[in-house]
Amino acid sequence: MAVATSGTTTMNNVEAVRQTLYEALKADPRTLVMGEDVGARGNVFLITKGFIEEFGPERVIDTPLAEASIAGIAIGMAMEGLRPIAEIQFADFIYPAFNQIVGEAAKTRYRSNGDYTCPLVIRTPYGGGVHGALSHSVSIEALFYHVPGLKIVAPAFPADIKGLLNASIDDPDPVLFLEHKKTYRLVKGEVPNGHYTIPIGKADVKHPGDQLTVVSYGLYVHQALEAARQLEGDGLSVEVIDLRSIRPMDRTTILESVRKTRKLLIIHEDNKFGGIGAEISAMVAEDAFFDLDAPIRRLCGPDVPAMGYARTLEDEFMIPTSRMAESMREMVAF
Amino acid sequence: MADTLARSRHDVGNDRLLMLLRNMLTQRAVDTRGFQLNRQGKIAIAMGSEGHEAVQAGTGAAFVRGKDLLYPYYRNTGLILACGFPLDDVFRSQFARATDRTGGRNIINHITAREMGIASISSIIAAQCTHAVGAAYALRLRKDTGRAVFCQFGDGATSEGEWHEAMNFAAVHRLPVVFICENNRWAISTPQSKQMVNKDIAAKAVGYGMHGVIVDGFDPVAVYSTVHEARERAAVGGGPTLVEAKCYRFLSHTTDDDDRTYRTREEVEAQRKLDPVPRFEERLVAEGVISEAELTALRVAITELVNAATDKIELEPSPEAGDLYSNVYADTYSPWL
Ligand SMILES: Cc1ncc(C[n+]2csc(CCOP(=O)(O)OP(=O)(O)O)c2C)c(N)n1
Ligand SMILES: [Mg+2]
Repeated sequence: MAVATSGTTTMNNVEAVRQTLYEALKADPRTLVMGEDVGARGNVFLITKGFIEEFGPERVIDTPLAEASIAGIAIGMAMEGLRPIAEIQFADFIYPAFNQIVGEAAKTRYRSNGDYTCPLVIRTPYGGGVHGALSHSVSIEALFYHVPGLKIVAPAFPADIKGLLNASIDDPDPVLFLEHKKTYRLVKGEVPNGHYTIPIGKADVKHPGDQLTVVSYGLYVHQALEAARQLEGDGLSVEVIDLRSIRPMDRTTILESVRKTRKLLIIHEDNKFGGIGAEISAMVAEDAFFDLDAPIRRLCGPDVPAMGYARTLEDEFMIPTSRMAESMREMVAF
Repeated sequence: MADTLARSRHDVGNDRLLMLLRNMLTQRAVDTRGFQLNRQGKIAIAMGSEGHEAVQAGTGAAFVRGKDLLYPYYRNTGLILACGFPLDDVFRSQFARATDRTGGRNIINHITAREMGIASISSIIAAQCTHAVGAAYALRLRKDTGRAVFCQFGDGATSEGEWHEAMNFAAVHRLPVVFICENNRWAISTPQSKQMVNKDIAAKAVGYGMHGVIVDGFDPVAVYSTVHEARERAAVGGGPTLVEAKCYRFLSHTTDDDDRTYRTREEVEAQRKLDPVPRFEERLVAEGVISEAELTALRVAITELVNAATDKIELEPSPEAGDLYSNVYADTYSPWL
């Protein structure tokens, strides 16, 4: 793989993850990737294809099929000075590692009062709309964002993926790096060549507007943008904020936007109850209540255990762009 | 049994024997003090390792300071002392003082000493086992040879899935780890027979294709020899070993437990007769390594050290309330309040 240092390259989200991992392995001997089938197969989405040949099996580790130890061993490596980039093959399989991520990684610095740190990245593909059914479609962010000590990143564009994955690898604390699998090959964009980082915890206004603030992340940012552009044709002005980072969350950007537009719609795929939108709503209600001209609204996944396999069931779970546009119109008109 | 002792005696000089004895006596004195402090209402909880002294002294003697890494568990006060952890810091942990290495955050015995290679642990059973394996992988990747990682745990811990995963990965990669099971026959109130069908935990090593060895956990010299051998093999690329040191927990699990509710006094008394501390004292006196008078003097000296440490640390300040907010992340962190 050639490494250019200036200009930009057009690539999709898979290529952005792949290129960033490649450059990290090339640049820093402390880094390694580990997970199920990341070696000879090159990961199930071919993200690490060819890595084992170039970097060797010691830094491209095909682990046993055991998620708790993928996380736990990566923690031990990080405590001992390496920069492991661990992979959970699908977010749906992260539950056995919950103990290690929540109980250990997130608390290593705190528990030891700074004596030990845990500079670890755990990447995992999440999200639905890909006929993945119950165990290949879940969103897991709300299960983890309650946990201080963890950082959670969920970028949706290739340039953001590169900048934030670089920042995650450089970060001295554990980062859960979420990749929406439906965007992997669907989303293309320009990516600056060479090394750069985007700070974790900074949202991005992807579409400026002044009549409504829409906060989203992941796949739905793309649909929200499409809806906002449709409304633009009718003279309606919607601001779309791509959170990019879920923890820490960029309250400044959200509050500034809400104070300007005076209305807030939150859109996410994860189910509504106790989701990311609940925290954003509470924060805005606490800090900007008197700036609001309409009740806050949340457009989220339904409160059911999972999306079904049949197209009808999956479609019912996922939110179509038309429904986003409709909600936006209602809120602008309120 | 006597045979094993005689054989393993060969490469253990008097200096090391005295070191083992000193550590065992210190463990006993620290345990006793912890329970006294708890009864006096000065510390919230105490957890003794009475019955584990020989395992921990022997293991600590095999640990090479400045090279090896230790991933301990919560019952390892004696072991960390044997690895060089200061006595004062043991009491700083017990009193949860600001001067404690975790700033008074962690419950007793959950210490951290990175510069000594002693890892920070949580109370989560077996969670440290995968960390030990990851640390060993780091040594391997850096071609940092001649070093080993010690991973400690109890018999109950071997029922955890994470323990299995750690053993398996270490074996697959032939990592430099010595897994040491302090089998005291009980996990709080659950006897070994309810944890597993196997009588010998060391037998589990076979399933991973790893060396497994049983050692008398009441004999510090045998533990030292066994762990030393496993450590030497690990350090030169010979792969991991599971050492099962059979011992006993003489006290209740902690000061919050009452073992009379689940095990007979007869069982405990029978084990007490094998108490490794007086047994080792008698042996060193019989072999002329230490005289009765010197032994008495050593006991007095240790009690004085423990008294001095207790008196000093008790006066040290508690952490500031505001310390709750530090070291959440590397950068300054202001929680959403
Ligand atoms: C994951 C987990 N489950 C349960 C507990 C509660 N607990 C603390 S100690 C203990 C018994 C452990 O027994 P063993 O591993 O034999 O060690 P010992 O205390 O006997 O030295 C239990 C159940 C815990 N700390 N962590
Ligand atoms: Mg036990």
